[in-house]
Amino acid sequence: MFGDLSLVSLIVSLMIASTPILFAATGELVVEKAGVLNLGVEGMMLIGAISGFAVAVSTGNPIVGFLGAAAGGAIAALIFGVLTQYLLSNQVATGLALTLFGTGVSALMGQPYNGLKPPPSPRLDIPVLSDLPVVGPILFSHDIMLYVSLLLVAAVWYFLYRTRGGLILRAVGEDHNAAHSLGYNVILIRLGAIAFGGACAGVGGAYLSLIRVPQWTQDMTAGVGWIALAIVVFASWKPYRVILGAYLFGGVTVLQLNLQALGVNISAAYLSMTPFIVTIVVLVIMSANRRKTSLNAPAMLGRIFHASH
Amino acid sequence: MLRLERRRQSSRIMFWTTPLIAVALTLIIGGILFAILGVNPFAAMKIIFLDPFFHETYGPYSRTQFLVKAVPLILIATGLSVGFRAGIWNIGAEGQFVMGAIAGAAVGLALYPAEGWWVLPLMAIVGALGGFLWAMIPAILKIKFNANEILVSLMLVYVSYNFLAAMVTGPLKNPDGFGFPDSRNFTDVEATTLPLLYEPLGLYTSGVVALIIVIAAYILMEKHLLGFQVKVTGQSPRAAKFSGVKPALIIAMCLGLSGALAGLAGLFEVTGPAGKLTTNFPVGYGFTAIIVAFLGRLHPIGIIIAGLLMALTYIGGELAQLVLNLPAPAIQVFQGIMLFSILAVEVFINYRLVWKKEAV
Repeated sequence: MFGDLSLVSLIVSLMIASTPILFAATGELVVEKAGVLNLGVEGMMLIGAISGFAVAVSTGNPIVGFLGAAAGGAIAALIFGVLTQYLLSNQVATGLALTLFGTGVSALMGQPYNGLKPPPSPRLDIPVLSDLPVVGPILFSHDIMLYVSLLLVAAVWYFLYRTRGGLILRAVGEDHNAAHSLGYNVILIRLGAIAFGGACAGVGGAYLSLIRVPQWTQDMTAGVGWIALAIVVFASWKPYRVILGAYLFGGVTVLQLNLQALGVNISAAYLSMTPFIVTIVVLVIMSANRRKTSLNAPAMLGRIFHASH
Repeated sequence: MLRLERRRQSSRIMFWTTPLIAVALTLIIGGILFAILGVNPFAAMKIIFLDPFFHETYGPYSRTQFLVKAVPLILIATGLSVGFRAGIWNIGAEGQFVMGAIAGAAVGLALYPAEGWWVLPLMAIVGALGGFLWAMIPAILKIKFNANEILVSLMLVYVSYNFLAAMVTGPLKNPDGFGFPDSRNFTDVEATTLPLLYEPLGLYTSGVVALIIVIAAYILMEKHLLGFQVKVTGQSPRAAKFSGVKPALIIAMCLGLSGALAGLAGLFEVTGPAGKLTTNFPVGYGFTAIIVAFLGRLHPIGIIIAGLLMALTYIGGELAQLVLNLPAPAIQVFQGIMLFSILAVEVFINYRLVWKKEAV
């Protein structure tokens, strides 16, 4: 049954399928580490997908496109930021609002771009190495952004656990009153984290519209943003485990898509469910140990901070 | 420097005026949006909010969709609001809507072409049961395994969409349908047709059922111990636990109730306005109902008003597409702005703005 599936091409497409989730989940991890729960990932990804696409098409430069996507995602995230940090709105409801709003805004912005092709993204091409069998396609000849996503995880890990800034950000997420008493500006730090999370989600969305698909279609994220949120829980808020989670889900997605393409005797609709069902199963397994979960989760996650003095 | 200061007591006046402020804010920001899109904002607002009732030629047609949109929103939002009050976030009403429709429709199709008054009530019960059971998945996973109900219920929306696709191309496909992916049309047989009571406003029997349910929800929340326990759980889960509230019961009740109502709404949709199961019959009521619940202040009476207002933006939005060429997603953005506005002004219930000199 797997005869005409080459393992190498399977791994390559797995990595490509995982990258949007990896970007979004890494950004959300930083947001949650600062004690903020932003459920608007899906909306920010959609806004990033279309703003990246629009910028790339009009400048002809995909890298500028990704910068535009980051800007679009960050601006969308800051709406959430202002509402939750200054106007003390409920984070769950505001995050949902951002997803509903982002779905609408992206559809509106995307109307002139239906059916267009984006400029191709640069790929890594190292003489000899990229031409190696097996290792070449898997390690040395992806698009640049795929490497950026992995570097991003490393950079986030370094920032969170090896720098003073990261320590402050985690302190804000663990006990915002204590951080405030020490003189740190809780709200500004959180706004920074929220904007960063939005930029990452935006880039993840643009990876879909500029590289993976590559095209703009309405609602093209199709739940990936929500899966990214689940991955953060799966990863127990640890950066390196986000890679594991994202690649696991990329794997499930690619496998079911390939089974559909092979015409396996299961309805395509049932196969399309599998990434979501796997997400639920994994969430259950990861959450079942209450003590461990509450140890890993930032203590202030979703709590409102208001300095009375 | 402008600062927020906590009020000693939450403001009753602000509780009821903030939704009005939010609507006003939405009109301003939405108006700017329409202007950017090259549409005269005043003309757009007139078409969206007034023409469905007062325009001579478009009005009568537009009005027939008014309650068609409002009733499912009110029904779903009523259920959601109970959970939201308890801090239990059922975000998957859209999925429960779909599964309720499938479950109820399956019964109708199994009995096809049955005669008798009992067929439709039976389908409605099974529809509610379908939504209930679908909502029990996140409930049980939360109670037993501590799994986040937001993510689980949301994942189940995507599962339900795919399940619907599998059903209308498989077991529930219309045998006389020339291979199209849809079920038999329920409105072809009287026993499976939701009675239309007042066509000019699009009032089906579901409207009456929704009204009864809203009243029941009001009694539950304001007069019954369970409603009190729900509210305590939302305000302070620890206090609720100490006073003997069983968290598992509250979780199961909140998710189950909202699931059942969403499922019921789904069944009403397929036996009434939609007429049959197709892959595109769910149009996002499950998500829009979240906005309705918040706009209505999670209060049954407020939800009725909010549901009617939201239905107006739907039918008015369709008119604006027709008359002004307003792009279809603009209305979705407009609804998003509305939710943002409500959330932004809610702070003034418990806080007030004061001018304070910077403390050194």
